[in-house]
Amino acid sequence: MVNEREHIDQHTKVITVKGVSKSFGDLDVLRGVDLHLFKGENLVVLGRSGTGKSVLIKLISGLLKPDTGTIEVLGEPVDELDEKALQLLRLKIGFSFQSSALYDSMTVRENLEFPLVRNKRHLSRNEINSEVEDVLDAVGLLHTIGQMPSELSGGQRKRIGIARTLILRPEIMLYDEPTAGLDPITCIEINGLINEVQEKYKTSSIIITHDLACAKSVGDRIVMLLDGSFERGGSFDEIFDTNDERVKPFYDYNFII
Amino acid sequence: MLNKIKRILIELGGIHRFVMRFFRELVRPPYEFKEIIKQCYEVGWKSLPLISLTGFITGIVFTNQSRPSLAEFGATSWLPALISIAIIRALAPLVTALIASGKVGSQIGAELGSMKVTEQIDAMEVSGTNPFKFLVVSRVLATTITIPILSLYTACVGLLGAYLSVNQHESTSFVVYFSQVFEAVSYLDIFSLVLKAVVFGYTIGIVGCYQGYNSSKGTEGVGKAANWAVVMSMFLIFVEEILIVQIIQGMRT
Ligand SMILES: Nc1ncnc2c1ncn2[C@@H]1O[C@H](COP(=O)(O)OP(=O)(O)OP(=O)(O)O)[C@@H](O)[C@H]1O
Ligand SMILES: [Mg+2]
Repeated sequence: MVNEREHIDQHTKVITVKGVSKSFGDLDVLRGVDLHLFKGENLVVLGRSGTGKSVLIKLISGLLKPDTGTIEVLGEPVDELDEKALQLLRLKIGFSFQSSALYDSMTVRENLEFPLVRNKRHLSRNEINSEVEDVLDAVGLLHTIGQMPSELSGGQRKRIGIARTLILRPEIMLYDEPTAGLDPITCIEINGLINEVQEKYKTSSIIITHDLACAKSVGDRIVMLLDGSFERGGSFDEIFDTNDERVKPFYDYNFII
Repeated sequence: MLNKIKRILIELGGIHRFVMRFFRELVRPPYEFKEIIKQCYEVGWKSLPLISLTGFITGIVFTNQSRPSLAEFGATSWLPALISIAIIRALAPLVTALIASGKVGSQIGAELGSMKVTEQIDAMEVSGTNPFKFLVVSRVLATTITIPILSLYTACVGLLGAYLSVNQHESTSFVVYFSQVFEAVSYLDIFSLVLKAVVFGYTIGIVGCYQGYNSSKGTEGVGKAANWAVVMSMFLIFVEEILIVQIIQGMRT
């Protein structure tokens, strides 16, 4: 059922989520979610607004704790780690936020340096500079190095956000709606970037999106979050081969109108 | 009004937990010295112009308002003693703290609040930096260190302002004025000034950070965080002022 791409290692699971539930007060957001990510795979998570997609990857990166269930990332139980072990594990996970989350009191250069300076204290000034320029070049925004985040466009911020997570050379990338609110051309650029990142840095990724063009161009496998759990999974064509009223509108809106 | 009081009480519970976490993180390495110094500069240096102006004017106005009462008894020669006690025991720390809670407290609340709602705090956490230590501990330490220094400074500026007025009306010389000032003030007074300012500074920092760090989603949440940072810290400062004065009075006798 999975697109057989050679970069996927079907024997190694880098993320395993089992029976995870999460509520906020009376609101049950996730109800028994199961999910796995193979090494080298691009997994797309689709779902309506408010179904808990962002909550899911916040659970995976340990920003939130699950009410029930277990989450394993690179063989370690995220919800049981102490603070120090969690910090070390997080260095292997890149998190690109829905809102980009650039530090707006810092320049682009300082934003990119921040994770490096704070986690790899042995690096020299020159090494840091060349790393920064390297990832900035990878996202095609070397000329913005001295600018403040407020001077950038939404698409540029997204790409800088991705660059900032790449700088620690993560093994896993979590993208929260990388193309939301961007024009079609920028979307295509971002999709290309996600694929390039995957090839260049050999990452495994979870990509959250509503955007089917994005899902189609980057996803090896797609899962759909419906009413708090994953009911459908498979390739792009398999997912939409249905009359389910909760699924069809996604396809219709993107491709028929 | 009742709602506001209820809100304040609920917040106090949250602040209690926040304070406990502050002390836990405070003693645990690594220490963010660079960030603490940067924040001291932000809090202290940037408040100087406003504090100087207010301290100076407070000194002049207070002197001018006190003069008629003393003049009735022909006791204007007591002015320097009266002024120095008032400024050092009460006015300097209080004025400094109120100004700082308006300026610094609201700024901390708004800054951390907007970092919270735009996920910058989460981003910091996932990139391997403890945001509580980096953002909260450094800011609270900065206000706790700088508000006492600013208060001593305010006292000096206020006494200078008062001197201008005294010199003009009673033609007291600089030397005579300040020898009378220092005669009236005891070490306990200076100690109480510093003690109050340390408590006020800590309050301003912790309340501002608490409001910002826990602000709700949306830009409205940021405004509320800044607003509540000022309301809460002013309220607490008055309560603390009353308590500390009682304690110091106890020590005096
Ligand atoms: N920290 C939180 N506290 C309380 N409720 C929360 C919290 N985080 C998320 N929620 C709630 O959980 C639900 C799912 O939120 P989430 O952000 O995961 O949605 P989403 O699927 O990412 O939607 P979108 O596509 O709009 O980003 C929402 O109703 C939200 O209000
Ligand atoms: Mg979301």
